[in-house]
Amino acid sequence: MSKDKFDYFIKGEKNKYEVIIGLEVHAQVSSNSKLFSGSATKFGAEPNSQVSLIDSAFPGMLPVINKECINQAIRTGLGLNAKINNNSVFDRKNYFYADLPQGYQISQYKNPIVGEGKVLLDMSYGSKEIGIERLHLEQDAGKSIHDMDPSNTYVDLNRSGIALMEIVSKPDLRSPEEVNAYIKKLRTIMRYLGTCDGNMQEGSLRADVNVSVRQVGDKKFGTRCEIKNVNSIKFMQMAIEYEANRQVKLLDEGKKIEQETRLFDTKKNETRSMRSKEDAHDYRYFPDPDLLPLKIEQKLIDDLKKTLPELPDNKKERFMKDYGLNSYEANVLVSEKEISNYYEEVAKLSDKKLAATWMMGDLFAMLNDKGLNISKSPISAKNFAELVQSIKSGEISGRIAKEVFELMVESGDNPKKIIESKGMKQQSDPKELEKIINEILTKNKDKVDQYKSGKEKLFGFFVGQVMKQSGGKANPQLTNDILKKLLKG
Amino acid sequence: MSEIIKKNLSELIDLIKKKEIKSEELANLYINKVNKSKKLNSYITTCFEHTIQKSKEFDKKPNLNSLLPGVPLAVKDLFCTNGFKTTAGSKMLENFIPQYESTVTENLWKEGAILLGKLNCDEYAMGSSNETSYFGNVINPIAKDTVPGGSSGGSASALAADLTPATIGTDTGGSIRQPASFTGTVGLKPTYGLCSRWGIVAFASSLDQAGPMTKSVKDCSIMLEAMAGFDKKDSTSIEKKKENYSKNLKTDIKGLKIGIPKEYRVENMPKEIDELWNKGKSILKDLGADIIDISLPHTKYALPTYYIVAPAEASSNLARYDGVKYGYRSSKGNDLIEMYENTRSEGFGDEVKRRILIGTYVLSSGYYDAYYLKAQKVRQLIKKDFDENFGKVDAILTPSTPSSAFKIGEKTNDPISMYLNDIFTVPVNLAGLPAISVPAGLDKKGYPLGLQLIGKTLDEQNILNVAYAFEKNCNFKNEIKNWWL
Amino acid sequence: MSIDKDKIKHISKLARISIDSNKSDSLAKDLTSIFKFIEQLNELNTDKVEPLSSILNTPLRSREDKINDGKIRDKVLENSPKKNEEFFVVPKVIE
Repeated sequence: MSKDKFDYFIKGEKNKYEVIIGLEVHAQVSSNSKLFSGSATKFGAEPNSQVSLIDSAFPGMLPVINKECINQAIRTGLGLNAKINNNSVFDRKNYFYADLPQGYQISQYKNPIVGEGKVLLDMSYGSKEIGIERLHLEQDAGKSIHDMDPSNTYVDLNRSGIALMEIVSKPDLRSPEEVNAYIKKLRTIMRYLGTCDGNMQEGSLRADVNVSVRQVGDKKFGTRCEIKNVNSIKFMQMAIEYEANRQVKLLDEGKKIEQETRLFDTKKNETRSMRSKEDAHDYRYFPDPDLLPLKIEQKLIDDLKKTLPELPDNKKERFMKDYGLNSYEANVLVSEKEISNYYEEVAKLSDKKLAATWMMGDLFAMLNDKGLNISKSPISAKNFAELVQSIKSGEISGRIAKEVFELMVESGDNPKKIIESKGMKQQSDPKELEKIINEILTKNKDKVDQYKSGKEKLFGFFVGQVMKQSGGKANPQLTNDILKKLLKG
Repeated sequence: MSEIIKKNLSELIDLIKKKEIKSEELANLYINKVNKSKKLNSYITTCFEHTIQKSKEFDKKPNLNSLLPGVPLAVKDLFCTNGFKTTAGSKMLENFIPQYESTVTENLWKEGAILLGKLNCDEYAMGSSNETSYFGNVINPIAKDTVPGGSSGGSASALAADLTPATIGTDTGGSIRQPASFTGTVGLKPTYGLCSRWGIVAFASSLDQAGPMTKSVKDCSIMLEAMAGFDKKDSTSIEKKKENYSKNLKTDIKGLKIGIPKEYRVENMPKEIDELWNKGKSILKDLGADIIDISLPHTKYALPTYYIVAPAEASSNLARYDGVKYGYRSSKGNDLIEMYENTRSEGFGDEVKRRILIGTYVLSSGYYDAYYLKAQKVRQLIKKDFDENFGKVDAILTPSTPSSAFKIGEKTNDPISMYLNDIFTVPVNLAGLPAISVPAGLDKKGYPLGLQLIGKTLDEQNILNVAYAFEKNCNFKNEIKNWWL
Repeated sequence: MSIDKDKIKHISKLARISIDSNKSDSLAKDLTSIFKFIEQLNELNTDKVEPLSSILNTPLRSREDKINDGKIRDKVLENSPKKNEEFFVVPKVIE
């Protein structure tokens, strides 16, 4: 594949700038109950119905940590090729907000559960490694609802206390496109691991985006602004675009950039300073005295490592090696665990390369059209493999295959059955075909003469007639061969 | 007034077990005296209907195998009680009715005890004289112008005045032992983690421990046995088997090594306290114990350390009182932040606000290392002092307090002199150790004074035994004259 | 460390406690004397001392990932000074 050149720079009035982006991704841990209480974590429940006295911070309530959340953080750390820290500490991050019932968030500050790691991105200009600074466990806050009442804010604590993994990247990202690839890659890894469902609509994956700019060639980072809590990739990209341009404009005007927390207004498509975060710089972190230091035995890490599924980077390599796919195909087919599973099932029973082409073409288009996940595909992997095999063996033509595919979507039936009952089998008997072709040539003597006298374009006409006569079932290759032979004679 | 309620808890239990008195009769005796003792202001809330109903239920089907069969008890108003107001001595929680029961009180009810009421205390347990309570100060039944100590002042006062046969308090820096000393009663702070903190309004989480306050060491062992135990709802609860402190109580302390730390002989300590300490030493020596001089060199830094660690934790623990989920909310203020600021300004008293501000400051950006981190390092040194000496000795004997009960209002304008009250009790909390204060004598004014026995981690049985032996040989008699009736 | 009115203003803001300006002086005086008292710790050299992280030497216990709490909205809202059937209600928040 040809490689493009990286070219995301912002040209100001005077200078050309590079954009430096670091992400703090908040990924909701997949668990039944909350990080420190036994309340459910299901999305979309009635307001305040998944709230315990611990989540609502009643006097004397104490946290007890959920084992599964620790394991999920370790799994994710391993998936990010990161160091798992045998000793980590839970701290209190103190600030006041309506949806923070304790008046502090239990988080990890100086000693996170997971240390440095890395994520590999496939960009059109080559692969790029993004450093992971750390991953830590923390509690989510509740939800403040500002638009139900003109003079009051309503507070729903269902989210309060749900476990989050905060995954902090190094400032290695350089464009909205890389941010897109990074988030998608993180999501893929976590979905493979089953540690986060990555559902951005439901808020399972959000990010604080740190943006700064510097003149191309500069070594020093500029002052950064943090855009809080952006919940879609599109908004992240828009916010970065806006924020980088805002900063470039300020710098070109000779002004300074204030380090601050900003909010992305999705209606106005701009970022603005957040008043409620005025004293955000003084969270008064200290170790939570209600909890003890978290010790993780090496054995637990080793045991979890053994049960990890094959991860996308490894799977991609294997797909290229075992199935002869190119990098692009392999990338697409490992992008979701379910897709890769489907593909492998199909590839086992049919031509590997043809299966990839048909999956990425017709199958994905259909799923996309219907808004379906591959696990809900109306065509089973087994039936899809049979379809691919029917094409490969020449039983049906590609054109007929598309018709069969449509019928399979409608009925969910086996392709053999459809081909049979509709008589769609390709005419591949040379004798039969020769008979049809002879009839056509006889009927169109004038055209045959014209062809022979040099009007070779008419070949297509004869093919068309054969297809028409055979109801589209004539084997195209065979038809070509026989036609050529008979027209020569 | 009936003589029965002057009896110790263990004697009352015997009477109930022998069916010489019914639970309901006993309850009525206490209710009667509580009703006549409002002057002491030791109760914030009473729940006599509940008490009578429960005692009737008990009498109908008495379970005499329990530790506290049908015994009416009042508890410090820091323990959340299901369906009964729990105020923590604060305006902030004036009308707060928990829908849950603290583990420790639940343990008492499971052993047959019955709630009589909730006892006054310093606001959020921050105080050493029970003068910071929103519900007014408490009077020490020893003399009408003296404080009962704090923060479990209501508990100590009610106990000494026979308004409850035994009670429980919480001790963060001396809040059980100091009032016990001031009222001539027994108070024990268990090893950190022995009693669950679940359902107790938190002051400083790494220091808070609930413990018994009783009229005798035996009572103390019964109460501790009833309240202690592993609780999976508290991550700092120690996982261990229940012990039979009362059954294993013994007076034989021959050969035990008792340490006497020289650093506890502080400047300006009244002579009579020194004399009392000597008396304690000789009693234990006569009983066959070895008295060994020891040194705990970092003792003088315990109080400054405490006044960093405790306020820091408190500033965070008390952040939840913001007028949103429960408790007081100011009607003033136009937005959320103003509502917070007014609610917390109006809902908290001066001492609580002072400590929240100290705690906020020592954790704030630029000061964390100089104060909080420093304090955690010194705390390590204080703990080491004890660890090293507990290789040499089995228990440590010190005075409980540097003075006897002082006058109401005497120290309210000088926070430091108030804080100095806890000079002998605070090191124990910082090190997480168990310690018991036993009454040892009276000063010139006739006010009681206590001695403190500090034990190794989870060595409650040992300090109970030493205290038991001491008590039997000390001939202390509390002289409370019921002047308020 | 001497605590002045500005420091009081700063920390009381962080602690979300409004302080009457007429009380600010006496508070500053009290806090200054308390800080003088606690600064006795500076006499000690603690460079080589590990801070105490917990007085218990046991590891953190964890619980199984089971749903056994919640579904108590009435209980949770019961004590709230301002609420409706479903939510806690607070004065408008300006973000």
